[in-house]
Amino acid sequence: MTAYDVERGDSVHPGHPVKVDRYTGGARANHWVTAICLVLLALSGLALFHPSLFFLTGLFGGGQWTRTIHPWIGVVLFFSFAGLFFRFWRANLWAAEDGTWMARLADVLGGHEERLPEIGKYNAGQKVVFWSMSILILTLIVSGVLIWDQYFAAYSTVETKRFAVLIHAMAAVAIICVWIVHVYAAIWVRGTIGAMTRGQVSGGWAWRHHRKWLRELVSGGRK
Amino acid sequence: MANFEYVLPPTPTKPGPPTYGQEDLIKRSASNISAPARQLTPVAKLIDVSKCIGCKACEVACLEWNDMRTPVGDNVGSYNFPPDLTPEMFTVMRFTEWVNPESQNLEWLIRKDGCMHCADPGCLKACPAPGAIVQYSNGIVDFDHDKCIGCGYCVKGCPFNIPRISQVDHKAYKCTLCSDRVAVGQGPACARACPTHAIVFGSKDEMKKHAEGRIKDLKSRGFANAGLYDPPGVGGTHVMYVLQHADQPQIYANLPKNPHISQVVELWKGVTKYAGLTAMAAFAAIGVIHHLVKGPNTVPPEDERKAEELVGKGNAS
Repeated sequence: MTAYDVERGDSVHPGHPVKVDRYTGGARANHWVTAICLVLLALSGLALFHPSLFFLTGLFGGGQWTRTIHPWIGVVLFFSFAGLFFRFWRANLWAAEDGTWMARLADVLGGHEERLPEIGKYNAGQKVVFWSMSILILTLIVSGVLIWDQYFAAYSTVETKRFAVLIHAMAAVAIICVWIVHVYAAIWVRGTIGAMTRGQVSGGWAWRHHRKWLRELVSGGRK
Repeated sequence: MANFEYVLPPTPTKPGPPTYGQEDLIKRSASNISAPARQLTPVAKLIDVSKCIGCKACEVACLEWNDMRTPVGDNVGSYNFPPDLTPEMFTVMRFTEWVNPESQNLEWLIRKDGCMHCADPGCLKACPAPGAIVQYSNGIVDFDHDKCIGCGYCVKGCPFNIPRISQVDHKAYKCTLCSDRVAVGQGPACARACPTHAIVFGSKDEMKKHAEGRIKDLKSRGFANAGLYDPPGVGGTHVMYVLQHADQPQIYANLPKNPHISQVVELWKGVTKYAGLTAMAAFAAIGVIHHLVKGPNTVPPEDERKAEELVGKGNAS
């Protein structure tokens, strides 16, 4: 039986250095479709969020086009993210060591990996990002459909739409903040981005940041 | 019969340039603008509900002036037709049959519904498109359709449920108070067409004075609660009603008693906007600073060696 956090396609390639397969081609394609959608949604949404950012509508062909296209990109993102959700949810279940990791957030930010417990495929921070994204995207699609007046204006009252538009704005701000954390973590922790581009990380990266997962892969390979 | 009739002043017969324009804006959606050099006389349309006979001449005049046609509809068993405002119908007579509990009289309450031209317009506050909604210093709130993006935020901002989004060109429409006519000295088309002078138009002060006389008259006829509807919750309006029963405006097809911009909209367009931008900027800034202070988190060679050891051991056994 494989551990909860070993996903399809995860495997170790011995060598110098060791290479570890972390994401399949399908997972990476799924991720980048979602990523592109999220960036486009943030840009088009921010354009309508604050007057100082209205100029961003120029990227989408003007205000009318921005208003037209934003919800459709949202629909693509929703289904694309649903794909990621079903790929990754199991490995993002909370584990015993995650509490310890969270309690030692100062060491995490300080780069003191030696003071942290051994971590599976995802650390607590990644899990928080995953579940935050899941909840926020669900919130955004529901509130978004409620204010998609071109097709759904007749299905809710103006008062409901007022709450929906406020919740949509707040959830959007939150998800952009989560996205900043996600992107920053990928940049700061060197060797991470390759996981989502070529699908591979180095053995040293896995040893340093996800040692429990690496051990599981190695012992799994022995069977 | 003093002050029973308010006769609209004669209109100019020779064409002239508009007497106000972009330089007279006091508010512009999603924009900061400097105060205009002059203050126009605030105008108002006064609708005396007690004098309305429900002839719908105002509806026709509105369609006519704005060059719109509404499709022939179905009889829904009410004089209230069309049943609601539409992108092509900026004003609708709302009919209510109301039994006065004191006199047991059946009263026909006919309220001409449409944009109230609030001094504090919720539509303008909610609008994200710079300049799509403007307010002139005479109080008229107007939509600039070239700039409208059709998002429907104005619908959420409005306390009176007035703007309608066209499914044809995806832009918001509502009564303009005939801003184009007013600018050349003509009253609104509806006021011009009203056969009983239930709709009159002039400076807001004149209209309030005229309303006083009408209210006095109504009170003398037994309407003890007659009064002016100029709700302070939206800073007053530039379309006002004389109501026979001003103490209960809701009997006039749900005219709100104390309209104000929804707190939800205030929160959305207030704190959320600024706190949101600040939060996003703060997250980004923290990232940059953290990287500058801590430097990148790189994998040292010994970690690679340890991984090789682990994998080697795993494979050897």
